[in-house]
Amino acid sequence: MNIDKDLVAASATPLVLTILDEEETYGYAILKRVRELSDGEMEWTDGMLYPLLHRLHRLGYVKTDWRLSPEGRRRRYYSITDDGKAALAEHKRQWVTVARTLGDAWGDDLTRFSLGSA
Amino acid sequence: MEQLEVEISEWRAFVERSPAVNGHDVDELETHLRDQIADLSRAGLATDEAFLIAVRRIGNLDEVSREFAREHSGRLWKQLVLSGEHQDQAAAVSWLEPLVFAIAAALTLQAARLAAGFPGEEASWFLRNASLFVLPFLAAYFARRRGLTPVQWLVTAAPFAIAALVVNLYPFAAGGSTELLVIAHLPVVLWFVVAYPYMGATLQSHEKRMDFVRFTGEWLIYYALIGLGGAVLMGITTGILEPAGVNTELILEWVMPMGSAGAVIVAAWLVESKQRVVENMAPVLTMVFTPLFAVMLIVATVVYAATGLGGAFDRELLGVFDLLLVVVLGLVLYGMSARDPEQGVGWMDRIQLVAVLAALILDLMVLGVMVARIGELGFTPNRTVALGLNIVLLINLVATAWLSVRFLTGRGTFHRLERWQTSYLPVFALWAAAVVVILPPIFSFT
Repeated sequence: MNIDKDLVAASATPLVLTILDEEETYGYAILKRVRELSDGEMEWTDGMLYPLLHRLHRLGYVKTDWRLSPEGRRRRYYSITDDGKAALAEHKRQWVTVARTLGDAWGDDLTRFSLGSA
Repeated sequence: MEQLEVEISEWRAFVERSPAVNGHDVDELETHLRDQIADLSRAGLATDEAFLIAVRRIGNLDEVSREFAREHSGRLWKQLVLSGEHQDQAAAVSWLEPLVFAIAAALTLQAARLAAGFPGEEASWFLRNASLFVLPFLAAYFARRRGLTPVQWLVTAAPFAIAALVVNLYPFAAGGSTELLVIAHLPVVLWFVVAYPYMGATLQSHEKRMDFVRFTGEWLIYYALIGLGGAVLMGITTGILEPAGVNTELILEWVMPMGSAGAVIVAAWLVESKQRVVENMAPVLTMVFTPLFAVMLIVATVVYAATGLGGAFDRELLGVFDLLLVVVLGLVLYGMSARDPEQGVGWMDRIQLVAVLAALILDLMVLGVMVARIGELGFTPNRTVALGLNIVLLINLVATAWLSVRFLTGRGTFHRLERWQTSYLPVFALWAAAVVVILPPIFSFT
């Protein structure tokens, strides 16, 4: 399935924040986790993740730290801050509202759709 | 394996060409690439195949670096062309354009001088209008460069027209202080008007406001450099021609004002096109002068605290302190615009905070005494403006100090501090406009 570009972009920030809320991690691992969570349905252009991470850093939502990985590569690790957690909560609230609204509007269609594709 | 290293380093060199992507970012992307290659190889792919797929997944480098540019506009704020190809061509053609505007500004100023009675005594309307002969050309230059629509051109022109009406229709008393204040504040107002075309006819974007702050700082440096060069040229010309019996004073009187008018536009063009040169200079200048100012301010605070304010106190002292606060704020803004937002708290941030705090303490001491004095002596135009400007600056610096403390203690972000400064810019513009438009009638143009 090809998910619309705008939708991918809009969901990127909450998704990244959620993954960082699970644990501190680095860019490549974030992308792997996105593929895992979406069963490979959400394809990101890998390079686009980094400008996004830098934006979250500038806004104070994440902290970063250069460290050596177990394989001896210099990696930049990202972890969520309190501001980031607050922002994530706000994102969640908005997405839940959107999802509920669409769910109510579509009613049965929504369940049929997801059953059909399963 | 060796082949892979060669390919990775070639890829790296290609990424590094983008001005918006710095060394750390390339490191990060390279680690990503290597992780991906390792995973794909583990899944059974040959290294060259793994490399190709990993590179493809990173994405189109033009698009990625454009995305970096959007986030880190500070790194290449001047580049309106983001994918470097057409840049060289554009630069080659564009020097003619600023030159036309510069010459137009210089000639307009000269024509106005002649009309004002040059080479004899020049009328005071000329000084009142001086910035109106030059800055519209700068605004027009940017309006053209940014491709403004006709309506936006009109919006740009309107404040100039209003300013022209105000300074020429107000019945100023000859040599009165309201007239002098207007002469000093009108260039500031018009400079903020130039921000409109500079920012591409939007005023809301905080990033673009910061760009304008940067532009102002770098413009000042270029203007000072051109001024120095001009002074050396004039000095040598005098030295060479005077013995030959040429009256060089006449040349100076003709050439210098024209040069300083034209240089306004030339400096702006230099900032726009030769950005990189100053980019290296700005951090160095702040790094040198912020500590020096911090030391000077601490010494002054100690001296004032020890001797008391009474003896040295002068009625015009507040003006000097306004200047001091303007300089401190300038250093703060300049340091801010040259700072890499990626970096954590450094010693420069601490020194800057010390400078701001010392300036605040000094200013509060002076302000306390001044307010008491004004109660006794009454308001004059000069004292009103000095006091008002002091308060405007004080509010800004108190909040700056507060946000800096939060940033340094890890409870706030640098972003907030930046946002505060860019949100406050309109206050300066409005204050300067109030001095030009509202103050003279209040003091009945004396």
